[in-house]
Amino acid sequence: MTKPHPPSESPSEEAPNVPGFRTWRGIYVFVLFWFIGCVALLAWLSHAFK
Amino acid sequence: MNWIDWLVLVGTMVGIAAYGTWRTRHTRNLNTYLKGNVNTGWLTIGLSVMATQASTITYLSLPGQAFESGIDFIQNYFGLPLALIVVCIVFLPIYRKLGVYTAYEYLGKRFDAKTRLLGAALFLLQRGLQAGITIYAPAIILSTVLGWRLDLTILFTGLLVVVYTVTGGSAAVNLTQKWQMGVIFVGMVAAFVILVLKLPPDATHIAGALGKLQGVDFTPDLKRRYTFWSGILGGFFLSLSYFGTDQSQVQRYIGGAALREGRLGLMFNAVFKIPMQFFIVMLGALLFVFYQFQPNTPVFFNQTEWQRHAQGSQGAELRMIEAKFAAVHAEKQEKIRAWVAARDGGDATLESAARTAMIESHQAANALRQQARSTLLALDPTVKTKDSDYVFITFILTQLPHGLVGLLIAVMFASALSSKAGELNALGTTSTIDLWRHFRPLAVHDEARNVRNAKWFTALWGVFAIGFALFIGFAENLIEALNIVASIFYPSLLGVFCVAFFFKRVGGSAVFGAAIVAQLLVLLIFFCGKIFPAHEIGYLWLNPIGCAGCIGFSLLFQWLLGRRNAAIAKS
Repeated sequence: MTKPHPPSESPSEEAPNVPGFRTWRGIYVFVLFWFIGCVALLAWLSHAFK
Repeated sequence: MNWIDWLVLVGTMVGIAAYGTWRTRHTRNLNTYLKGNVNTGWLTIGLSVMATQASTITYLSLPGQAFESGIDFIQNYFGLPLALIVVCIVFLPIYRKLGVYTAYEYLGKRFDAKTRLLGAALFLLQRGLQAGITIYAPAIILSTVLGWRLDLTILFTGLLVVVYTVTGGSAAVNLTQKWQMGVIFVGMVAAFVILVLKLPPDATHIAGALGKLQGVDFTPDLKRRYTFWSGILGGFFLSLSYFGTDQSQVQRYIGGAALREGRLGLMFNAVFKIPMQFFIVMLGALLFVFYQFQPNTPVFFNQTEWQRHAQGSQGAELRMIEAKFAAVHAEKQEKIRAWVAARDGGDATLESAARTAMIESHQAANALRQQARSTLLALDPTVKTKDSDYVFITFILTQLPHGLVGLLIAVMFASALSSKAGELNALGTTSTIDLWRHFRPLAVHDEARNVRNAKWFTALWGVFAIGFALFIGFAENLIEALNIVASIFYPSLLGVFCVAFFFKRVGGSAVFGAAIVAQLLVLLIFFCGKIFPAHEIGYLWLNPIGCAGCIGFSLLFQWLLGRRNAAIAKS
C-alpha cells in the first residue's frame, strides 16, 4: 500500500516563497492587519450610511 | 428559461462533471483518492476550501437574509481569518507531520481508539445531516420557482455529484471545484453589475437610511444573534472547529506537494472570505433598494406558493393584503424620493421629517408583509412563510437576460455540487479510515480493497444524503439552519482537539468523558433556549461554551482520575 506523504518537511523552517514575505509570521501579520482593515471599513460604512 | 438558458445550464453542469470524471477515471492510488493529486497547488486548495464551505445556500439564502435584515450577518465571519491563522500554525503542521488521512486519525494517535471513534462519529453525525440540507436547500427553491419536480431535482443533483466523487475521489473534487468556482464568480459578478446598473444614484444612502447597512454592531448583548463580539468570539470557535476538525475541510488542505500549499490555500481564504461575503450581503442590501422602486414588488416572494393560495377559494383576504401592500409600496416610493430630494437640498429639518415619514412608510409595508405571512400560515399551516430565500432567484428570473439566467441557475447548481462533493468525499474517507479499517485491521495494507471501500462508502453517503433530502423540510432560514447544526455538534469536537494540542497531560478517558458531558451541556442549553425563549442565547455562543466546557471537564476528569489512580497505587 502506498504510504501517505512522508513527514519530510520541517514546518518551522519552510519559507513561504511569496514575494514581499520572508517568513510565515509576516504573512500572518499581514492577514491580521487586512482583517482589521476590513472591520474598520465596515464600521465606517455602518456610520457613513446611517 | 428558454433554450439558451438550458444550453448554458446543462453544458456547464454536465460538462464540468464529465471533465472531472474523465480526468480522474484512472485513480487507483489510495493517497490520490483520499488526499488528491500530490501536485495540487495552493490556489486549487484555496478555491477548493472556499467551494466546500460556500454552498448554494450562501449564494441564494444570504442575499435574502441581507434583503430582510441587512448586512449584519457578515459579522458571523469575523472570527474566520483568526481561526485560519491558528489552523496554519497548529493544526496543519501536525496533520502533515503525521501523514494522516483524517483529522480523527490524529486523535487515535494522541489519545486512544475510543476517542478517535467518538470524533469520527460526531463528524459523521453532523456532516451526514448537513449533507442532506446541502442538497435539499437549493432543490426546494429552484424546483418551486422553476416548476420542476422536487424529487427529480434532488435526484439529478445528487446523482451527478455521486458519479464524479465516487470515480475520482479527492482528485476529482479538487478539479471540479476549481471550475465550479470560476462559474460562480463570473455569474455572481454579472448579476451584481446588472443590479447596480438598474439602481438609482442614491442606492447606498437609501439602504443605509432604512437600516440595511449596519455591518458592525458593538453592543455587548448575548441575546443578539450577530454582533461584533459574537462574531469575533463565537465565529472564531465555529471557524476553528470547522476548518481545523471537520474532515470535509481538513481533506481539502492536507494534500498538495508541501505544507506551503496548504498554508497559502488557507491564507487565501483568510484574505478573501470576508470581502466575498460582503459582496454577497451587499447584493442583498442593494436588491432591497431595487425592489423599493419596482412597481410590482411582491408582498410575498415565494410567488408560486402565494398564487396557489391567493387564487383559491379562501384567497380573498390574501388578495386584499396584496392590494393594500401595492398602495403602501407606491406611497413608500414617493416618501423615499421625497427623502432623497430633502437630503440633496441640504435642509436638515426637512431631511429629518422626510426620513421619519419614509421609515414609518417602510414599517407599514413591513407590517403588511408580516400580515401576509400570518394569513398564509392560517390558511395553510404547512406553508413555509420565510420567503427571503426567494428574493434573489426572483430577481434572476425576472430581471436578467436569457443566457445569464441559465448561468445563474448554473451558479446555484455548481455551488451545490462543489459543496456536496467535499462533504461526500470526507464522509467516505472517514467511514473507510476511521470506522471500516478500525474493525478490519488486517485489510489496512490491501490498497485496492481500501480504494474500493472508500468508493462504496462515498456512494452510500450520497444515497443517504439524497434519501434524507427527499424526506425533510426546514422552517428556519437555510443558512442559519446549517450554522445552528454546526454550532451544536462542533464545539465539543473542537474541545477534544484543543486538549490534544495544548494539554499534553490529559489522557483519552478524561477527554472522552468530557466530550460527552460538553455535548450534553450544549444540547441542554440549546433546547432550554427553545423551551424558554426569554433565556435563549445567540447560537454562536454555543461554540465557545461547548469548547471551553470540554476543556474544563477534561482537566477536571484528568485530575479526578489522577487522584483515583494515586489512591489505588497507595492502597
